[in-house]
Amino acid sequence: MSVETKNDRRFNPDRDVRPWKGGYSPYDIAKELTICFVVVLLLVLGLSVVFSSPDDKAITVQKWSNASQVDFVQTAITELNGTSASAQYGPPYNNVSGVSQKIGPISLESFAGVRIPVNPPQDFVLGPLSTVTGVPALTAALDEFKAATPEQQTAWEDAYVKAVANATQVGNTLVVPVGPYGPVGVMMRQLALMGRSGALDTSLINQDHFYGTDYTKSLLFVADGQYFANVGAANHLSGDQWGMMNEAGNFPGQPWLWLYTFWYQVPPFTTAWSANADVLIWALMMVLTLILILVPFIPGLRSIPRWSRIYRLIWRDYYKGRVS
Amino acid sequence: MTTISDDVTAPNDEENVDVSRQWTYKIRARLVHALPPDRLIPDRQPSYLSSWIYIFGALTIAALGVVILSGTILSLEGPQWWHTSSIGLFVNSMHLWSVELFFFFMVIHLWGKFFMAAWRGNRQLTWITGVVTFAISIGAGFTGYVSQTNFDSQWIATQAKDGINSTGAGAYFNVLNFGQMLMWHIVLLPAGVVLLTGLHILLVRRRGIVPPFAPDDVGIKSSDSKEVAS
Repeated sequence: MSVETKNDRRFNPDRDVRPWKGGYSPYDIAKELTICFVVVLLLVLGLSVVFSSPDDKAITVQKWSNASQVDFVQTAITELNGTSASAQYGPPYNNVSGVSQKIGPISLESFAGVRIPVNPPQDFVLGPLSTVTGVPALTAALDEFKAATPEQQTAWEDAYVKAVANATQVGNTLVVPVGPYGPVGVMMRQLALMGRSGALDTSLINQDHFYGTDYTKSLLFVADGQYFANVGAANHLSGDQWGMMNEAGNFPGQPWLWLYTFWYQVPPFTTAWSANADVLIWALMMVLTLILILVPFIPGLRSIPRWSRIYRLIWRDYYKGRVS
Repeated sequence: MTTISDDVTAPNDEENVDVSRQWTYKIRARLVHALPPDRLIPDRQPSYLSSWIYIFGALTIAALGVVILSGTILSLEGPQWWHTSSIGLFVNSMHLWSVELFFFFMVIHLWGKFFMAAWRGNRQLTWITGVVTFAISIGAGFTGYVSQTNFDSQWIATQAKDGINSTGAGAYFNVLNFGQMLMWHIVLLPAGVVLLTGLHILLVRRRGIVPPFAPDDVGIKSSDSKEVAS
C-alpha cells in the first residue's frame, strides 16, 4: 500500500493521505484570481457607495468641558486627589498596590512594570495650570496649594469633592457651592476655562514637545469622565453591550472579535472572576488560539472533520455514486 | 593596462568554473526542485477540485489586494485626510468594506479547510501559517480601528487598553498612542500578513490541494475507487 506517511508509521486518515491517482482537469488560476479581484472590487465599490463609513468626531476636552462643565470639574478633582480611574490604574501607568489583575498568584502587568508613567495630579491638573500666565489669582492659588501640607491639601480636596457634588451649570457658568476648599476652587475653575478654550487639549498632548502623536494622557483623562461613557453607552458600545467590537452607528465593526467579547458577557467572568476578567479572558483566548493552530496534532480534535461528514458535501461530486 | 583578446571564441576560464558550490546555485536549485514552474503556476488541478468552497481562498487574496490598494491611497494623503475630503471618505469606506469582506472570506476559507482536514498529508505548516495569518490580520484590523482619529478610535482604544494592559503587553504596545498604533497598522502588521500569506500560498503550491478522504478510509463503498491506492 502506498501512502503519504513518514517512516512507514501506521496510516491515520486524520493525518495522512493516499496519493492521488485520479484525473486532472484544466484550471486557469490566473483567470480565477483576476475575476475574483474584479468581483471583490465591484462589491467594495457598491458597499462604499451605499453604506459609506462611520466618522463621529472625536471627543476633545474642549467639547467635553463645554458640554458638561459639572462632569468636567467632578472628574478633574478626582485627578487632583488621586482617586480617578487613571490615578488608581496601576501598571503600566503608575504604581498602585493591589490593583493589578492576576492569573492565580501571577500578575503579568506587574512584571512589565510602569513603562508609560502617568501622574494624574501633576499631568492633568497642576502641570497644565502651571503653564497659565497673567492670572494672579491662579498663581497665588497654586503657590498656596503647593506650600500646604499633604493633610491640608487633602482637606481642601475633600471639601471640594463635597461641594462639587452639588454643582450646577447655569448657562455657560459653573456654580459650585461655597465651602472650605481654599485655593482648589480657583484651580478647578481655571482648569475648566483651559478646557473650554481648548488649551488643555494642547497642553495634554504637547507637554514636552511641539509635535504630538501620543494621546495616552488625553484619552485617559477624557475616559475618566462620565460624559465619554455616556456617549459610548448611547451608541451601544459599553462593555456589556459587546463593547469594542462595535462601531458607532449601524456598521459591522469587528465581528471577528465576537468570541473575545463574548466572554465578557457571561459568568464566571461577569461574577466570581470579574476582578481578573481581562487577564483571564486573554489567557483563555491565547489557549484557544494555540489549540486552533495545533489542531493538526491534537487527536480527537483533528478527527472532527471526518466525524462531521461535512467533507461529503464539499466533495459531493467525488463521492457521487458511492454509498456509506 | 587591460588587454582584450581579439579571439572572441577562445575558451574563457571563468565560464568553466564549477558553480555548483555557489550558495546562489544551491538556493536556485533547491527552489526550482521544490517549486518547478508548472507546480508554482499550474494549469491543471486534480479533478476533485470542484466545489464553490475553493473559491474563498482566491476571494480572500483578492480582498487583501483591495485592502492594500485602498490603504495605500489613504496613506498617500495621511491619516486625517478622510475626515475633510469626500474622496477621502469614499476611499476610507473602500478600506473598511474590503476589510470586512477580507475577514468574511477568510473565515469561510478557514472553516472550509477545517472540514476538509486540510492539514493531512504533511500539510500542517500550511494550516499553521493560515491560522497565524488570521491572528495577525485581527491585530492589523484592530490597529486600523484605533488609528481612525475619531470617536470610534477613542472608544475602542480606551476599552481595549484594559485587556492588553492586563497581560503586560500594554507596557510595550500602547493602544492609546496613536503614532505607535498607526506604524503597526501601516507597516509592521501588513508586512506580517503579506509575508505569511505569500508563504501560505507557496506551501499550498508545494504540497498541493489536499485530496478527499479515501472512500475505503471513511467506510464508503466504492465501485470505482481505483483513483486512490488502497
